[in-house]
Amino acid sequence: MRVSLFIPCFVDQLTPKVGLATAKVLKRLGHEVEFRSAQTCCGQPSFNSGQWDVAREGAIRALSVFRGTEVVVGPSGSCVAMMRNFYPELLKETPHAAEADDLAARTFEFSEFLVKKLGVTDVGAKFAKKVTYHDGCHALRELRLKEEPRQLLRAVRGLEFIEADEGETCCGFGGLFSAKFPMISTAMAQVKGGALARTGADYVVSSDPSCLLQIGGWLSREGKPILPLHIAEVLASDV
Amino acid sequence: MSDAKSIFLKDATVNAADGDQRAFINKALGGYYTNRDLQKARYRDWERARDAASMAKWSAVNDLANVLEKFVANFERNGGVVHWARDAEEARAIILKIAEDAKAKAIVKSKCMTTEEIHLNDALEKAGFGVVESDLGEFIQQLRGEAPYHFVFPCMHVKREAISELFTKHLGTAPTNSPEELTMIARRHLRQLYIDADIGITGANFLIAETGQISITENEGNARLTAALPRIHIALSGIEKVVNHLDDLSVLLPMLATAGAGQPMTCYNTLYSGPRKKGECDGPEQFHLVLIDNARTRILADPEQRDSLHCIRCGACLNVCPIFKNIGGLAYGTTYQGPIGSVITPHLRGLKQWNHLSGASSLCGACTDACPVRIDLHHHLLHNRRNATKESPTLFDLAFHHGFTFVIKRPWLFALGGKIFRATLPLLQKLPLPYMGAWMKTRDLPKAPSQSFRDQWKNPNV
Repeated sequence: MRVSLFIPCFVDQLTPKVGLATAKVLKRLGHEVEFRSAQTCCGQPSFNSGQWDVAREGAIRALSVFRGTEVVVGPSGSCVAMMRNFYPELLKETPHAAEADDLAARTFEFSEFLVKKLGVTDVGAKFAKKVTYHDGCHALRELRLKEEPRQLLRAVRGLEFIEADEGETCCGFGGLFSAKFPMISTAMAQVKGGALARTGADYVVSSDPSCLLQIGGWLSREGKPILPLHIAEVLASDV
Repeated sequence: MSDAKSIFLKDATVNAADGDQRAFINKALGGYYTNRDLQKARYRDWERARDAASMAKWSAVNDLANVLEKFVANFERNGGVVHWARDAEEARAIILKIAEDAKAKAIVKSKCMTTEEIHLNDALEKAGFGVVESDLGEFIQQLRGEAPYHFVFPCMHVKREAISELFTKHLGTAPTNSPEELTMIARRHLRQLYIDADIGITGANFLIAETGQISITENEGNARLTAALPRIHIALSGIEKVVNHLDDLSVLLPMLATAGAGQPMTCYNTLYSGPRKKGECDGPEQFHLVLIDNARTRILADPEQRDSLHCIRCGACLNVCPIFKNIGGLAYGTTYQGPIGSVITPHLRGLKQWNHLSGASSLCGACTDACPVRIDLHHHLLHNRRNATKESPTLFDLAFHHGFTFVIKRPWLFALGGKIFRATLPLLQKLPLPYMGAWMKTRDLPKAPSQSFRDQWKNPNV
């Protein structure tokens, strides 16, 4: 399959290793991987801030960037939810509605793509560590993904999987919410980060790099001995 | 910044930092989650039940004028008197007039959030009528002089010891830490009040159009006494509480109990069918129903958010909301707390003043999943944000998002901006920049890589 990568803007700039790991796994499975460098940000910060007019401009631009792709795969439940669920809402009753629906139908979150589209749960990875998982809310509730990442992790050789308390609780990121209401966001990070740290796992894995920014940022500040890791990085690993 | 917003920010900041109180609330809700899941599992299909409950409300709300008319005709046929109130002021005036005409000396009330919405107790007290809350939680809050913390569990934030002190202070009883004894103290105090009261004021959970009955759900039996013992019963209800059929309650009552309190059914579910009839030995002589709009028709006129009128006030969305759990119910400063409150308060009190509640959400969607009548709560928070930027845009927001969009529409500028951002990140983190400064106070950012993904992708060895 010809896979076009949809790399979140902050992954591009802050955690490029997540994008590289995503490409590595897909290539290892025999797929052709491209990255269209005209892509930037999906516009979710503006959309979530209520600035739908400017967010629409970003969405229309993204439609043209990904025009002609076979499938679009992104290592972020949140950014994929923007493209899958919210582009059609933003662009309904505009001349772009049909193209938005079309792009939505061929855009996948990384773990979803592997399990649901390709039917793969064992990608041949090896990672001999204790791992817990954080469900990003967009992956969980907008894309309805819960078992897919777990199936992938359970198939990783040597990996010990531990579920955490507060399983479906939000980490408190919420994009600009984390900076506009830092006190609430931090309290939420304490609840979530605390539960993750209590598992005694070496790593907290997620399919959402934005949640990992929040959780990892709080864990690091608090000096907790558990590190954030994207699921693509686990699946790309053979140690 | 609106007054409401600055108060909210202040209170939320204090409460979010209060680890003990947050732990207390979390613990209080712990039993609820267990019981709720236990009861949900007894449904053959909870999701289908949600569809049915939602449809029961949808069909009434989307034909509201006709269904209300039918209800009123049947209610009046049963001997009740209907009063229409456009807003809080009219509703208060109607109730005060009934109390004055009756030369009422004492009024007893059961739990009713709509009376909170119109600040009825204040109005009654100012007019010289004594009014006592008979729901235990509301009674405690009334003694504390505080609004309900949670619209189903009004005093869930108050520790036993504090209740004991409160009773000692106001009722002169001996201190005790036993919940049973505390309940008995309130019970003994309240019993005589029902007998002495001329008027009993209740709310209504459902108005049944086909029978003209009012359905009231409660756990303590106090609403039955409030409705049945005084010679006048006044019920106050929003117009959206009407449902078509008696049969609708077969799904709505158990779901209300399960979603809201983790119960199979609430202890007392009573249908009130009018005042005492000839030959009956009990019941009120007069039965008044005040039907209030108070901005509900404004919500009705908005097809996008109309489903928020489905709300049966079960409180499930509060119970699962991480914002509610971390800032507490009082910080909202609203009658209705939690996600449903954040959705509807801008309609009730003005978007400009109350949009901050829609902003104060990570949009996690736990509320929407918990809602037994499928209100699209977290997306309505987004809709409020969008409507607010149209209605009263702020210069900072406009500049920020237009600037951001200008950059992301130009990949070369995005790449250049990213490069500068990464190179200067150690310095930027030390500056009191908007947004970033707030982030850095409690969280670290990862070390910026020297090359972005797009830079590294150009390398053929990747």
